[in-house]
Formats: sequence, structure tokens, C-alpha cells
Amino acid sequence: MERRTFLRIGGGAAGAMLVPVFGNAIAAEELLNPVALPFKKALADAGLNAATKAGASYCDVRIGRYLNQFITTRDLNVENVVNTESYGVGVRVIANGAYGFASTNDVSPDGVAGAARQAVAIARANAKLQTEPLQMAPVKGVGEVSWATPMTRDWRTVPVKDKADMLVAASKAGLDAGATFMTANLFQVNQQKYFASTDGSYIDQDIHRLWAPVTATAVDKANNRFRTCNSMAAPVGMGFEYFDARAADKVRAAGGVATLYTRSTDLAEDARAAGRGAKMKLTAKSVEPGKYDLVLSPEHLFLTIHESVGHPTELDRVLGYEANYAGTSFATLDKWQTKKFKFGSDRVNFIADKTTPGSLGAVAFDDEGVRCKRWDIIRDGVLVNYQATRDQAHVIGEKESHGCSYADSWNSVQFQRMPNVSLAAGKDKLTPDEMIADVKKGIYILGRGSYSIDQQRYNFQFGGQLYFEIKNGKIVGPLEDVAYQSNTQEFWNACSAICDQRDWRMGGSFFDGKGQPSQVSAVSHGSATTRFNGINVINTARKIG
Amino acid sequence: MKILTQDETRRITDRVMAFTKADECTVTINGNRTGNIRYARNNVSTAGLVENTQLSVSVAYGKKQGTATINEFDDKSLEKVVRRAEDLARLAPENPEFMPAVAKQAFKPSATFNAKTAAIDPEFRAQAAAYSIEASRKNKLVCAGFFTDTTSFETIANSNGVFGHQQATSLDFTCTVRTEDGRGSGWVKRSAGDVALFDAREASDVAIEKALRSVDARALEPGRYTVILEPAATSDLIGFMLSGFDARQADEGRSFLSKKGGGNRLGEKLFDQQVNIWADPWDKDVPVLPWDNNTMLPRERMAMIKDGRVASLDYSPYWAKKMGKRPVGSPGNMIMAGTSKSTADLIANTKKGVLVTRTWYIRLVDPQSVLLTGLTRDGTFYIENGKIKHPIKNFRFNESPVTMLNNIEEIGKPQIIAGDEVQYSMLIPPMKVRDFNFTSLSDAV
Repeated sequence: MERRTFLRIGGGAAGAMLVPVFGNAIAAEELLNPVALPFKKALADAGLNAATKAGASYCDVRIGRYLNQFITTRDLNVENVVNTESYGVGVRVIANGAYGFASTNDVSPDGVAGAARQAVAIARANAKLQTEPLQMAPVKGVGEVSWATPMTRDWRTVPVKDKADMLVAASKAGLDAGATFMTANLFQVNQQKYFASTDGSYIDQDIHRLWAPVTATAVDKANNRFRTCNSMAAPVGMGFEYFDARAADKVRAAGGVATLYTRSTDLAEDARAAGRGAKMKLTAKSVEPGKYDLVLSPEHLFLTIHESVGHPTELDRVLGYEANYAGTSFATLDKWQTKKFKFGSDRVNFIADKTTPGSLGAVAFDDEGVRCKRWDIIRDGVLVNYQATRDQAHVIGEKESHGCSYADSWNSVQFQRMPNVSLAAGKDKLTPDEMIADVKKGIYILGRGSYSIDQQRYNFQFGGQLYFEIKNGKIVGPLEDVAYQSNTQEFWNACSAICDQRDWRMGGSFFDGKGQPSQVSAVSHGSATTRFNGINVINTARKIG
Repeated sequence: MKILTQDETRRITDRVMAFTKADECTVTINGNRTGNIRYARNNVSTAGLVENTQLSVSVAYGKKQGTATINEFDDKSLEKVVRRAEDLARLAPENPEFMPAVAKQAFKPSATFNAKTAAIDPEFRAQAAAYSIEASRKNKLVCAGFFTDTTSFETIANSNGVFGHQQATSLDFTCTVRTEDGRGSGWVKRSAGDVALFDAREASDVAIEKALRSVDARALEPGRYTVILEPAATSDLIGFMLSGFDARQADEGRSFLSKKGGGNRLGEKLFDQQVNIWADPWDKDVPVLPWDNNTMLPRERMAMIKDGRVASLDYSPYWAKKMGKRPVGSPGNMIMAGTSKSTADLIANTKKGVLVTRTWYIRLVDPQSVLLTGLTRDGTFYIENGKIKHPIKNFRFNESPVTMLNNIEEIGKPQIIAGDEVQYSMLIPPMKVRDFNFTSLSDAV
């Protein structure tokens, strides 16, 4: 579920941990100095030993240092530069067949040992209500290893002024293109994660993510109308080189209605398009409700994939662990067991992959010390697998975990989170323009809009950012007030064409919420432009008092 | 973590102020201890305790501001965080919308702290889980739930003499009970500042009863129906709308409260006459801190909607100054007037209608009209001749809370309810609303 986490992070419940600053709140040299590996290993050993001594049959220690920077601009002003730093240790144990977890920001051997003993005590208390002991898929210890997000420009070395100037320049481009107001954000995340376990692993990972969403608003005061349009560039798991736009990374949308990017982006161009889009939406034709063939750009389709394929194939949801919050899943075990459940049409293939370079979910090891990999979820339209962690693998007859464990902080317990789940490109050569040439009555949709799906992932409603009417194989003009409603299985079985690999690219969700207490994770979803025949479109225009 | 006393935090804020040579300085200290237990499949899945304390120091030279945070409180650390904030302020660009620190304020304490809630321990949490697990097992049902309690404090101070310190407690409980075959699902939510108002057994029984009653739901055609919306079904809809009561957005023409030709709709009648919504930090049921820590301004008892009219808008200090308005701390709670009628009374007065336990995954579709979409969940029933006749399948709705609050037929007794995705503490009545727009059916149970 893509929760409204930006609001939470921007100024709500996170409270004083996230504060507005106009500069770099932490000296650059401090940010760039990672905690020494021998110190982290000694800390981890203190926790592992204390837990074992207290009676734990298993223990893992996660030492986390999380450095974030969020920059916000409004029109041509820098409103906020928010720097956060969080450092501490989480200890998870199994004792008497049950989990226990405790965390501390006392980053000393005594502090970590204390947390380990507390975790064991909690596990013993939980065991009293446990009806069957946990079963953990085995993991072979990997010794001392390191991994870092591949990148050439570390965001922490880029001066704040340069980053703020980039956002202001983007806003200016949007205003020049017709927007009345512009807002821009730059989210920068660095997770320095050290994992150690009684399996014999000491894994050090340095993870980086970026996202620069821009929103343009166009206002027509005389008619009391306003419209917004968001930028299209995806969030990524890479360095600041993402903002060094390369011509080779440009993708032409069908009919030339937009310029899109893959592994780099031109933020000013993206913002200019948003400004143009907002203005265009003020006068666009309101859609006639009915059945349409939808041609969905990857900048839009990623969120549909996230909600209708990614979440329902999470095994913890299938089993009922999220029943009280995010919900369960229609993709139940009995459907998977038949090996015949038609999730989608024959051309639909979904792959889970936590190793895709540049993706938000890319790491070498998950938060249980499992080496990450790639596997099939839907093959030729049939549900063939789920996403599992160590304690779930046995449920689906597997001998090893899929590596889907993640915690968003050192003080959060790790649990099953979605890997990058992507729709494979079509096998036959097909461009978006060629796809549209086959459509008599359709709508071409770009960008993420409103999105809502039920708690078992059947019924959904999605909107986008830009809509273009297709008539007799041609884009004839912009539309507004569009949302489509469908049922997940019907929708994916209506998939009639997928463009080829040349058009394949990733979108992503930066703040995907799940769990109680709620945690966020970031995940990418790739696809090429894809067509769905005969989908129900509603008109969302309303009048109020 | 130790919950710091007023004397302790005053010593810290005084030390911080003494270290700085900037034109002005503001300090916030937050601390909380949050316990939780989570269960699913009739077993505890996780339980824990999270503690955190944070000091934030913000200084300014003219319109140049810098802020830094730390979670260590010895003198050396306090000086370090002040110097870091000062360094940042010197490097920062001037903010054209910078507002100076507010003058000394008087904060009338609100009753946000309850000692018994602060004393909740792991055994209490385990017992809360045990009630629903044992009762569900007994009824051949499967439950999943979450209980969490928080004890916290907040201190605010600035170099103009502002000082406020207050402790707070809260608890939240949610429980979903499903039939073993997955054909029925019921849900309950309880929130309170005072643990004496919470009864895990009573709450669990509500979810169990709804689960048992919701089996074999029948399909009803989508369309416009008279609905009885329990408080959890409207909390996020109304909360969402009220978060849009921003004066600047309205004045700039990018809000449903913008006026044709310019300006805002303050004072206009946009809702049914029965709609009265206000904020009150001292309300006995949903008290909140008497200040807004963003601005350090006192909160006030203030009408937001009065007799269906827009009674106030939220002005940031910058926008208030620009528009010649008096700035007030942003509200932290939201109270809607009701009657003494129960939900059962509303049902008894209904010839044909739909009872909605809760709404889910609510998202903004059109900001121009505040059109929201979402679904019903965990207990949707058909009412005929004053009685619940049978469970019905869940619906997706496309509806604006502005329209909903114009179509009110009857209001019940307000209940405490924390929002799911909005930050307000809320007191909301069940409501009977005509012509609620269900646009499609969901197969989800």
C-alpha cells in the first residue's frame, strides 16, 4: 500500500526528529565517515553472545545509521532543507520457538548486550501464546562481506546550494511553461546497514536512493478552476549522476506527447512538461465514461503493478499476518497449489528481483542475511510463486528464503517486504506508437495519480497525470477527469499487448507503508507500455456547493 | 528512556540558550516510550518497546536560519548542537518568508496525561491480545490485532521567553476477526488517553460479532444509498477535508475553498445546518497539547464549521501577517457535534439503507471538489425497516465529504476515534447520510 507517508515525514508524526534547516545540518565530513567495521563487528558480537548466553537459539543484530536529506522548494524559494540522522541497534532473537525484538540507541557493547537480553525476555513471554514454534529456512553464513549501491556521485558530496538551485531551476521551467505555482522536493536517503547473525554472517551494506518529485499547479481564478500535474521521473537506487541527463536515456512517449527518461533524467525538462501539463488540463475535454482500451505508460503502470500484483503475492498477507491493517490477498494458497490459476493473460510474466541495478529495492542481502536473487511470480499468466522470508519458505515447500526481509530502521523489527516486481517486456517487436495504431477507442495514460484498492486486492480504481484520447489509431487530444476501475484478475487477463524491451523502464514507490507499527520501504516496478482491452472508465468531475 | 520533568527540560533549554550568540533561538525536546503487541492467526507475532528522545535547536541571524538535532544531553553535546545550528544559519540563504520567533506566550495546560495509561506494562498488552485470541479460538474464528500505548513529553522554548512542557499518554487498539473460511470479517477500533476507558473484552466482542454476522454477504447493485456511517467510516473523510482548510491555498485559488474571481469562502454555507465542527485542546475526551509546536503559538477553542458555514481557516504566521490576520496555533483535535442517539437508534429510524463499519484506502481523486475514493470493509450490512437484514458485499465509493456533510439526515452520539491517515484526535458521531455514492462492488471480505 502506498500510504500518505510524505505528509508524515514532511511534518507530522515524525516530530522533532525531522527539522527544517537551511544548510547541511550535519557536517559533510561526519556524514561521509562510516562507523569503523571492527567496531561494528565487536558490537554485533556483544549482542550475539549475550543473546546466546541468555538462551536464544538464534540471534541477529542490525546496526543502522540512516542519513536523509529532504529539500523543499516553492516556486523560486527554498522552503526547507531537512537533514536527519538516526543511529542505533536492533536485536532479534528466537527463544523457546518465538521471536523477540529489542532496540537501543546506546551504541556500546553493554547497550547492545542489554537489548539482546531484553529481546530474549520478550521472546520467552511471546512463546507462552505461541501454538507452534517458528521454522526458519537455513542460511549459510557468508563471513565478512560488503556491498554498496553502485554510483559515481554521492549525494552527500553535492553542495546543498547546487541541489537547491537545481530544484529552483526546475520550478522556473514549470512556471515559464504555464504553471501558476510549482513545488519541488528532493529526497535523498543513505542507509548504512550492518547485519550479523549467529549463522556466521557479518554483512556491511551502504544503500542510496533518490527522488525528485515536482508538482505544477495551474489556476484559472476567473472560472475558479485549478489543475495539478506531477513530474514523471522515477525514484531510483543510484547516485546523484541520475540528474546528469544523457540523450541516450531519453524515451519518446507515443505520439510525442512527452519526453521520458530511463537511467538519468533532466529535471528541468520534466518540470517544464508538468507545467505544460497542468495548463493543458485546465481546458482538456472531460472524458465520456465507458469501456476503453487503455494504453498504459510504465510511468503509470508501475503503481498498478505495485498494488495489484506486488502486494497480493506477499506471502505474509496471503497467510493473514496483515489482516488487521493492509489486509489479506485473493491470491490464496489453494489457487497457487493448482498451478493453473490464471492471474493474467498468456503474455503476462512477472519477475521478482532484488538485484536490478538502479532499482529502489536493490541490495545484495536482505535484513535476514539472505543473498538476494531473482525468481518468477507469474509465468505465462499463471501464479507460480510468492514473496517469502525465512520463516515462511516452508509454507510453500521451499528450502530457502526469497530474501524479502526488510526493516526501515534499526528500531523496527524486520518482516516480509516486497522486492522489485516487474512485468517482463513483450517478446515481439512493438513500439508504443505501433500499439496505439491498433486501438479504435482508447485512452493513453501517463504518470501516477490517485490509487485505491480493496484489502484483498480485487477491486481497484486508478487515475494518472496525463490522459490522451485515442481514436482510430491516433492520439486526438488531451482528456481530463479520467479514472479506471477493474478487478485485478479481469484486468491482467485483459492484457492484449506489451511493448518490447526497448520501451522497458522502471517506476517506483518511495514510501510504501505496511505493518503495525507502520514501516515504509522503497521498491521499483518495471514494465514496457502495455495495453488492456475493454476497461471501465469513469468520469471523476464533480460539482460541490 | 526517562520521561523528563519540566525542571529537567528547563535546565536543558536554559543551557542551550546560554550557549548561543545568534539573534534568536528556539528549542524543542520530544521524548516518547511506545509499547506494542501485534498478533495474527490467533498468535502473537511481535511485541516491543520503542523509546526515543530528541533535542532540536534552531537559531537565526536576521532572516538566515539553521537547525540541528541531537539525542545527547551533556553540556558538551548541547554546545556542539548549538554551534552546528549557528554554522548552518551563517551559511543559509535568506528566506523571504522567514518569520521571527514568537513572543512569550501563556499556555493553559490540557489534561493529556494519565498515570494509569503511563503504567501500562507488557502483561497488560499481552492480556489485551489474549482476550481476542481466546475468544476467537472459542468461536472458531481467526483474529489479528494491534495494541499500542505511548507515554510522551514535549518541551518548547525560545529566546523570547516562550516555555511549555507537558506530558501525554495515549492508547490505540484495532482488531480484525475473520471466519476460518474467510467468508466473514469484523473489525473494531478503540482509542483513549485514559486506559480506564478501554475494555479489550468489549472491543474484541464487537469484532467477533461483526465477523459472525458478515458471513454470506449478498451483492447489492452499486448506486446512491442512504448510509449509516459509523465514526471510523467518516474520520478520514472529514479529516482529509479539514486538512484542506488552509487559507493560503484558498486565497491562491488552488483549493475547494477558493472563491470565483479570487479570495476564499470563509463564512459561506457549504454544509448542512446540523454540521458543527470545532477544535478544543482542553476537551476532556480528546485533549491535545495547548500549543502547536511548528509555530509555538497557543491553540484555541475555535469553530471550524459553524451551523454549516466555514467558520475559520488555518493561517500560517507568514500568511496571517500578509493578510492582516491574527495567527493561531493549528488545531490538534477535531470535535463534531452530535446528539444522544446511538448507532442502533439511527438504524431503527431507517427504512432502507446500508450500515458501514469502516472505510478503507481513501485517496483524493479530484482536489477541485475533494472527491475521494475508497472502500467499505469488515462489516457492511443492509438495513430494512429499522433492522439489519443481511450482510452485503463491500462497495467502492466516489464521494466528496463536502457533499456528504450536505446530505446528513440524522446524527448520533460522538465517539473518540483516532484517524488512520490523518493526525487529528477526533470525536465524531455516527451519521445517517442520503445519496452516498457507491460506484462498484468489491469481492473482498
